[in-house]
Amino acid sequence: MNLSLLIILPFVTALAVLFASGLKQVRTISLVGSVAQLGLSFVLLSQYLQQRLVDKTSRMLFETDMGWFQRMNIHYHIGVDGISIAMILLTAFVVVAGVLVSWTTETLSKEFFFLLIFLSAGAYGFFISLDIFTMFFFLEVAVIPKFLLIGIWGSGKKEYSAMKLALMLMGGSALIFVGLAGIYFNTSYNGLHTFDLLQISQSHIPLEVQMFFFPFAFIGFGIFTALFPFHTWVPDGHSSAPTAASMFLAGISMKLGGYGCLRVATYLMPEAAHAYQWVIVVLATIAIIYGAFATMMQKDLKYINAYSSISHCGFVLLGIGMLTRTSIAGAVMQMVSHGLMTALFFAAIGMVYSRTHTRMVDKLGGLLKIIPFISTVFVIAGLCSLGLPGFSGFVAEMTVFMGSWQNPDTLYRVATILACASIVVTAVYILRAVGQTVMGPITDKHYEGLGDAAWNEKLAAGLLLAGIVAIGVAPFWLSDLIGPGVETINKVLTVIK
Amino acid sequence: MVNDFFILMKQELVIFAIIFILLFIKVGSKEWKNTDIMNLVNILLGINFIVGFFGGKEGILFNEMFITNPLLVFEKSILSFGTLIISLQSYSWLKNHKHVPEFYMLLLSTLLGMFYMISSGNLLMFYLGLELSTIPLAALANFDLDKRRSSEAAMKLIISSAFSSGILLLGISFMYGTTGTLTFSELPLLITGDSLQVFAFILLFAGFAFKISVVPFHLWTADVYEGAPVAVTSYLSVISKGAVLFVFVSVLYKVFKPLALTWYNMLVVLSLLTIIIGNLFALRQNNFKRFLAFSSIAQVGFILIGISGISQIGSSSVIYFVLVYLFSNLGAFGVVSVVSALTGKEEIDDYKGFYKTNPVLSWILTISLFSLAGVPPTAGFFGKFFLLLSGAGSNNYPLIIVAALNMVISFYYYLRIVKAIFMDTNAQPIEKVSVPSASKLALYLCVAGVILVGVFSGVYNSIFNLSFGF
Repeated sequence: MNLSLLIILPFVTALAVLFASGLKQVRTISLVGSVAQLGLSFVLLSQYLQQRLVDKTSRMLFETDMGWFQRMNIHYHIGVDGISIAMILLTAFVVVAGVLVSWTTETLSKEFFFLLIFLSAGAYGFFISLDIFTMFFFLEVAVIPKFLLIGIWGSGKKEYSAMKLALMLMGGSALIFVGLAGIYFNTSYNGLHTFDLLQISQSHIPLEVQMFFFPFAFIGFGIFTALFPFHTWVPDGHSSAPTAASMFLAGISMKLGGYGCLRVATYLMPEAAHAYQWVIVVLATIAIIYGAFATMMQKDLKYINAYSSISHCGFVLLGIGMLTRTSIAGAVMQMVSHGLMTALFFAAIGMVYSRTHTRMVDKLGGLLKIIPFISTVFVIAGLCSLGLPGFSGFVAEMTVFMGSWQNPDTLYRVATILACASIVVTAVYILRAVGQTVMGPITDKHYEGLGDAAWNEKLAAGLLLAGIVAIGVAPFWLSDLIGPGVETINKVLTVIK
Repeated sequence: MVNDFFILMKQELVIFAIIFILLFIKVGSKEWKNTDIMNLVNILLGINFIVGFFGGKEGILFNEMFITNPLLVFEKSILSFGTLIISLQSYSWLKNHKHVPEFYMLLLSTLLGMFYMISSGNLLMFYLGLELSTIPLAALANFDLDKRRSSEAAMKLIISSAFSSGILLLGISFMYGTTGTLTFSELPLLITGDSLQVFAFILLFAGFAFKISVVPFHLWTADVYEGAPVAVTSYLSVISKGAVLFVFVSVLYKVFKPLALTWYNMLVVLSLLTIIIGNLFALRQNNFKRFLAFSSIAQVGFILIGISGISQIGSSSVIYFVLVYLFSNLGAFGVVSVVSALTGKEEIDDYKGFYKTNPVLSWILTISLFSLAGVPPTAGFFGKFFLLLSGAGSNNYPLIIVAALNMVISFYYYLRIVKAIFMDTNAQPIEKVSVPSASKLALYLCVAGVILVGVFSGVYNSIFNLSFGF
């Protein structure tokens, strides 16, 4: 399959949206385009699995390698392994759900859907890139639409949040750039400096170079995935964003960072990853615990989900930082799981908010009696978030813990125990938020006449739920899918050890 | 020989011819309408741009006074293209102006000066070209005849350029005194690096730094940019700067090769100063032209970092960036020019709520600003990336780290305008502006350039093939 389709399709959709006339056309085109993306990613999945059965290899498949800026040995080099496909599937799910949820957007709807779809093109491009220049290009493509989405359609102190998010992410990009330049000038493949991921992984970067540039790459990508203490854009950004943008932000955009930490920083500079392992683990543990406790203090549903995202993305970083095969697999699973789960959560919050016009926990109550479908979705998202078995969160977090425990060092054992313990805190805030909003007496009689979910909302929630349950009930397909990719990374890491 | 002369100097001759045609129009008895003159000049400039594509070969004329090769022809084409765009953009401003032929005569004289400067093979010829490209600019800066600020700008420009020319000349004479030659091809062999030569070089360097407004030689920039008519401001910030930058790179890389260590250190210090000060001042500006002036100072800082790479990536990325910068800056200036000519509003606050009334212009301005900031998929991203990558090539990572973080600062002030356009509300927004079709064409060309020159790598690759290494 030609992977470039994954970039071309959203791009064409976005252009079509731009030239569409009328709200109806805009919506239809966006929906058709995003459903086509979803279809495409399923085709990719099935073709990939077939191909892998035949080949029995773990190398990248469906590669395309074209010279781009040849004189600097920059290539448009794309290809996928299981990890990328998992991320692509996640993106496709969230995009469709995002389009469905924002179905009723009426102000500047054309621009809204254009930016939304354009953003997805950046995400796909990032996940399929095998050249780190191309990867960096797509990473930055995905930043600016967020600024506009939050700033124009957001709520609350949206301009502040949009600016904060854009600047912090750009700061991350600046650090990543330094890391990339360092990698580029210290590799030599056939006598040329290279940005090619596969070539770099074969040519050994000197240790002192790794030690200098690893922090740049890791922190740079880490900012995208709410690495403590660079997480401050997350709460503001998420809570000010319109629903679909929050879903994108937490569901996809934060995963760009995790993927980059894994694929660029850790994979290309394994020795430095070992050397800095304790820093990553400590920061990730702080993020997990701090995120959990900070969530307890929140009254606004969006802030609750945003802070809990910091905590959950901490698991991703913890999994990566533990550097065992299982923990890395867990990190990837947590990325997919958190992406789906948090998108569902934000969708549910958006549905509640659009009806009640408040997101404050103490002003809501008894919603289950009025809007049963939305409330149920809300409860399920919450249960998934606290890691109830049967949903994806349990599988992913469990894998991370198992992998972490394989690290016998005392520090890492303590970190693992602390991370496990944070689940209790998670349970507290989730159950409290869900209980107060959904159960109990109806706090405001204006709520009584509210209508339940419309078809688009039901569809969006159903789609995301299907993904969550599919991982939660039958996790083996996901771990099978990402297995060989994780193994490749793990091999590099164990050789160093 | 005569044939050679015509082919090698084709671009200069075409400009020369246009100036003469304008002169005849001016002194002739027939009264020409402004719009006719403008259309005629635009067509001729278009022809001049096209002429650049034919028969670019190497050649030396007049005892190495005039050198040409495909790269130089390409650089001149970039400049003619930019001039054409500016001419198209200033349509609504010039339409009712009393002195259109004079405007074009002065403008094209400066362009001719730049061509000679780019093609010079001798320091004196270079100086001549530089002066020809500067002095008429002072007259142009005064072209808003009824505005006091405009003549103030002209005065500042002429005094400061005279000053910098003086420094430059002093440097040239010291250089002649220590080496006994002014020819570019002989200088590298005779430069030994003794202290008087280094001093002469520093004076020369300062002369250059003045023209491209490197901090601490930037003080004239903001006032002149603010006071001059928008067309002249954009010409100053793009074309005139670009031309000097072209020469600057090649002179540093080729002529002053023996002093590489000296100018590398100078570049590192000056680039950091330029970026940081340019950025800090740009943060606080509220006049759009002043803002673009300071942001363009910061951009030059990035270009200096590219030059400090001392490699073929360095020279090619500088030339490429000038092209990218031309499209993006002229896109931004184009919108400002149209709005200023039709409504007289030039403050950033005036642009609040601009999107509600002028969506297309807003997008053009936004895309241009994104390109200036270096956001993909615009060409500015590639330009900045290559400049910084080139700088990283000399292993001076602290420099690159500071520069990369400064990109974030620059991001803030570009986004501030985007925010004003899209998110802020305004009681009296700029009313719907009807753009004349000539300016529209120019704006679309800029946007197309911004979008296409980056992603389609052919442009960069061919510049790389044309350009020179160290």
